[in-house]
Amino acid sequence: MLIKKSADLRYSEVTPKALYFNRRKFLAGIPAAFLASRALAGTKLPDLAKSPFSTSEKETSYNDVTHYNNYYEFGTSKDEPAEYAKNFKTSPWTVSVEGEVAKPRKYSIDDLMHVAPLEERIYRHRCVEGWSIVVPWAGYSLSALLKQVEPTPKAKFVAFQTYYDLGQMPRAKFAGIELPYVEGLRIDEAMHPLAMLTLGMYGETLPPQDGAPVRLTVPWKYGFKSAKSLVKIRLVDKQPPSTWNITNAHEYGFYSNVNPAVDHPRWSQASERRLGELRRRPTLPFNGYADQVASLYTGMDLKKFY
Amino acid sequence: MLRSRWTKIALFVVCLAPFARLAWRYHTDDLTPNPIEFITHFTGDWAIRFVVATLAVTPVRKLLRLPDLIRFRRMLGLFAFFYASLHFATWFALDKGFDMHEILGDFTKRRFILAGLVAYLCMAPLAITSTKGWIRRLGGRRWQLLHRLVYVTGVAAVIHYYWLVKSDVRLPLLYGSLVAILLAYRGAVALWPRRAPVVS
Repeated sequence: MLIKKSADLRYSEVTPKALYFNRRKFLAGIPAAFLASRALAGTKLPDLAKSPFSTSEKETSYNDVTHYNNYYEFGTSKDEPAEYAKNFKTSPWTVSVEGEVAKPRKYSIDDLMHVAPLEERIYRHRCVEGWSIVVPWAGYSLSALLKQVEPTPKAKFVAFQTYYDLGQMPRAKFAGIELPYVEGLRIDEAMHPLAMLTLGMYGETLPPQDGAPVRLTVPWKYGFKSAKSLVKIRLVDKQPPSTWNITNAHEYGFYSNVNPAVDHPRWSQASERRLGELRRRPTLPFNGYADQVASLYTGMDLKKFY
Repeated sequence: MLRSRWTKIALFVVCLAPFARLAWRYHTDDLTPNPIEFITHFTGDWAIRFVVATLAVTPVRKLLRLPDLIRFRRMLGLFAFFYASLHFATWFALDKGFDMHEILGDFTKRRFILAGLVAYLCMAPLAITSTKGWIRRLGGRRWQLLHRLVYVTGVAAVIHYYWLVKSDVRLPLLYGSLVAILLAYRGAVALWPRRAPVVS
């Protein structure tokens, strides 16, 4: 018997892993529509192009990246998001791209999957708390999306807003930070090719605790700048507020570039612990991306603009 | 029951249970993706819990009229010192890797580490002088005066915890309230000593 292999399987046609493992429940009569509305985390992404931006460093284990998370809407300890984000509903989902643009538009996740070819980019990711990971993200440069909506000359900054709903995120009331979570970038930072709109990791769609269904990845900045579960991207003319800066301006600046020379008031930023390793390793300026991004900050006092 | 030798042994085993749990999690490779941070938090949590438990002995024994509880105070205090020592050693050896330059820098630059150091250093003389021999050598009154250092430990430990969290202050506030209540009780007793019972 000749079995023909389908040449091009669309990601949306692949059975989600959760659904596959739940097939008995499915057979037991749970309506398909209900199951299909569950998070698609773990769905394989097809044909990821390789990227010259990737590091050759060893990837952190998938288990560590999915069980050691800062996602305060789902709990403030590292192990809570994996548990409390489990049933996070990420479909349907829309991301509104608006503000100082010629063509504002609402994107579905399927739309976002087709803005540009998905690439796998293995980035270092450094948390402001002093730990780091190496993650194979899947996505493309944020600039591809921004160019589509045609920013006007008044667009000087980009403001990001993430999903917030106490119904789905009951532990958010203990977060101690103002929500919804907001972040921002200067327009030249947002247009830099390293800044990434991320739809997956480890070859699959994002799990909820890592920011499903779509997040930002800015590898030369501390992790909290890479906002998760985006719902709004607004181009604006003034520097937008950012959540940790609102919480504690003295400790978290708007720029928050990884910088071993500027300590956090409560701990040193000179070194970091890579998950999976026991010894600390030195932290690099701009998290090792200085060659690509240092020129964005020429003439700026990085101690003042921390 | 409170006077039985076995109660003391049982309490000893209970106090050791968190350590056994930590050892088990090490053995089964279940120390989370960031083991050093996990051990630091785990031992720190138990140190502050035992500090609170130690501070609670006197108020509880007086309020519930259970004078025999005094038999367990030293053990609780020594376990507080035991978990605090593990906590300190984890930071010193595992986290900082004996890097004296970084360690001294942390003491001078980071106030939450300084608060933790104060809490710990105040416990050390109490652990050393916890024996009957030392009570005799110092004399009851002086010994008691010295051991009031534990109040400093309680307050400094709470400040240490409060200063280190990023935004979720629930637990530091919980321990802070407990220490505040336990110290307020002592303050009240000192300010309004119970009058001698009237003999009719």
